[in-house]
Amino acid sequence: MTATHPAIELKGISKAFGPVQANKDISIRVMPGTIHGIIGENGAGKSTLMSILYGFYKADAGEVFISGQKTEIPDSQAAIAAGIGMVFQHFKLVENFTVLENIILGAEDGGFLKPSLAKARKSLVELAAEYELNVDPDARIEEIGVGMQQRVEILKALYRQADILILDEPTGVLTPAEADQLFRILGRLREEGKTIILITHKLREIMDTTDTVSVMRRGEMTATVKTSETSPEQLAELMVGRKVLLRVDKTPAAPGPVVLDIQNLRVVDDQKVERLRGIDLQVRAGEILGIAGVAGNGQSELLEVLGGYADGTGTVTLNGQPIDLTGKYSDGRSRRDNGIAHVPEDRQREGLIMDFAAWENTAFGYHRDPAYTSGMLSNNAAIKTETQAKMDRFDVRPPNLQLAAKNFSGGNQQKIVLAREIERNPDLLLVGQPTRGVDIGAIEFIHQQIVALRDQGKAILLVSVELEEILSLADRVAVMFDGRIMGERLSQDTDEKELGLLMAGVGA
Amino acid sequence: MNFLALFDLSVLDSTVRLAVPLLLACLAGLFSERGGIFDIGLEGKMLAAAFFSAAIAATTGSVWIGLLAGIGASLTLSAIHGVASITFRGNQLISGVAINFLAAGLTVLIAQSWFQQGGRTPSLIGGGRFEPITLPFADALSTVPFLGPLYSELISGHSILVYVALLCVPGTWYILFRTRFGLRLRAVGENPAAVDTAGVSVVGLRFAAVGICGVLCGIAGAYLATGLQAGFVKDMTAGRGFIALAALIFAKWRPWHALWATLLFGYLQAIALRPDIIEGALGFKVQVQLLDAMPYILTVVILAGFVGKAIPPRAGGEPYVKER
Repeated sequence: MTATHPAIELKGISKAFGPVQANKDISIRVMPGTIHGIIGENGAGKSTLMSILYGFYKADAGEVFISGQKTEIPDSQAAIAAGIGMVFQHFKLVENFTVLENIILGAEDGGFLKPSLAKARKSLVELAAEYELNVDPDARIEEIGVGMQQRVEILKALYRQADILILDEPTGVLTPAEADQLFRILGRLREEGKTIILITHKLREIMDTTDTVSVMRRGEMTATVKTSETSPEQLAELMVGRKVLLRVDKTPAAPGPVVLDIQNLRVVDDQKVERLRGIDLQVRAGEILGIAGVAGNGQSELLEVLGGYADGTGTVTLNGQPIDLTGKYSDGRSRRDNGIAHVPEDRQREGLIMDFAAWENTAFGYHRDPAYTSGMLSNNAAIKTETQAKMDRFDVRPPNLQLAAKNFSGGNQQKIVLAREIERNPDLLLVGQPTRGVDIGAIEFIHQQIVALRDQGKAILLVSVELEEILSLADRVAVMFDGRIMGERLSQDTDEKELGLLMAGVGA
Repeated sequence: MNFLALFDLSVLDSTVRLAVPLLLACLAGLFSERGGIFDIGLEGKMLAAAFFSAAIAATTGSVWIGLLAGIGASLTLSAIHGVASITFRGNQLISGVAINFLAAGLTVLIAQSWFQQGGRTPSLIGGGRFEPITLPFADALSTVPFLGPLYSELISGHSILVYVALLCVPGTWYILFRTRFGLRLRAVGENPAAVDTAGVSVVGLRFAAVGICGVLCGIAGAYLATGLQAGFVKDMTAGRGFIALAALIFAKWRPWHALWATLLFGYLQAIALRPDIIEGALGFKVQVQLLDAMPYILTVVILAGFVGKAIPPRAGGEPYVKER
């Protein structure tokens, strides 16, 4: 294929939301038949740029050229017509529709479904053969796994004859094996001449799969380089604007006595489904136990029952003292009294009240603390003083304690939660997805804080779906699959491949 | 005791008549809710349609013009609901409540102002009503044992709107499950983002859903005032809009189930009119008040979730905001 024109070219794209310049004079050229990565921190403007390409937003300035033709993209319809297909981070599928129905939705032939479905079924067979994208056309979306769902999204785009495929953080929900499979499919698509834009914050994916990569920082395109001529360190520096430590800097753990001892812990959810099927775990003082696993295999329930907002059965002791798993003394308040602090997985829903100010959020859960009260009233002045100090120590930006939680970036929100929980000096810290949606610069800081707490001799239970994070931060790793512990490993004795197999429920 | 008497032909006949407004309103709600717009304003739309159809039929002497006026009134309220809940992304429940209040007050007020009959319309006569139509061979076949009376009394002899309502059931099923519009409508009620990214207008689909809801509610209201009865009286819908909503949940948002559910409610209303039959069948007297309350009691039972899990369209009740 002689590539005279770039498959897609952006010239001087700018877009502002009020005072925030989300995209500033962005230009890229992507040649056909290549995989182009776009990497950048959260809020760097990657998603805005792609939303402009897919017709969700109108750019304030700039032009889009598809195969050399200047193209206006006022809506998704126009994007589809221009041959652009988009696989969103959160799939846009109708859960109780079949695969086939989802594929034809919006691309039906005529007013009646029967011929459309028949045509789609036929072309699905062809696509499956061409790109090794096998799916059961009659399966319902809610019955198939996320990896399959993602295939359906790709098939949707291909069915609409997309030549340019944009994938937004495609591996966030996949196991390592599923991710590998996805990248094989992408490689295959590239061989067939499709152009692929891969948006991600994972440096490794960029290094492994892309031909060229563009780096975005604060709405600007800071560099476009050939992947073969760059390194993860250089990309990280371009993303953050300063040198970043990619590995966690920590000394070997010196585990002390057992702090948390879990025996045969079981949790049954509202639908009577057993989510934890007999968990045995121990966390010692001065160690970080990482729980690895694909999201939805019981990690959330483990944090919920230990954090005091789900009931369970079994035996859990903290420093030798049993703690209640049901009843009045199994709530979050009792847990805090026991010396358990919790940085929840979903900081926006469980860790913070988004409309409340930073100083109010700093007091939540500890608002009965004598230091925060005077008689029946809360001592707002004391809380504010304390908050200001915490914000300084944790480098929360902007250091404005009156600002509502929702107005901080993900990383700074996490710092507010972390400051609240860590500075209570707990015996056990529960941490769920500490760096989800947090930019690289803040990740480094958050990891340092967790390691520092460990070095003070505290026990830490870390749940993360980021295998890299688990491997670098945890001293010991337990893998959860389907509500059970599949195996435990010392993190220096294992690797992603072995953990990946355990995460998929294979071997032990 | 003779339970068969409970299914006397005359009772079944009024079951059908009484089920029709419920069925139309239920299907109206089905279209709206399948599209993701909850509508507790069915009641108000029916009431407005009942009044305007009766009022215009009384004035013009043509029931057909009355029907159009009823549909127009209902559509107007639908448009208000659509603008409030789709365009301005308001709260769908509050908009629905407002429509119910609006209709309850305005109908009586306008009726009093136009006709000075204490909030009623004049009784409809002749061409101002939908008359029963006799299906072919009804008389000839009436002597055939069992099937004859069934055909001539139960199936034949209803007004045209009854047949329209019944045909709406397979019609709705076909539209929902066999056409492009139906696929998109169901999708927009489940996950509007999927529809949006597929390049189809969420707003357009939802307005279409609300519009169809308006037309069906309009027919339901017109049937109440010009078919079932002969004129409008204050609050003549008597909670039928809410019963239809309960039936919709009972039917789990499916057209054929909606037919069976509304027939059940229709039967409860019909049997309440014939305490003599109940006494004959059961051998003891049941309080009329209790019989009258039965449809409402069943409504409460259904809404309280005693009929098993009914999963509403997942995006129902929530305005669609495009994700960043």
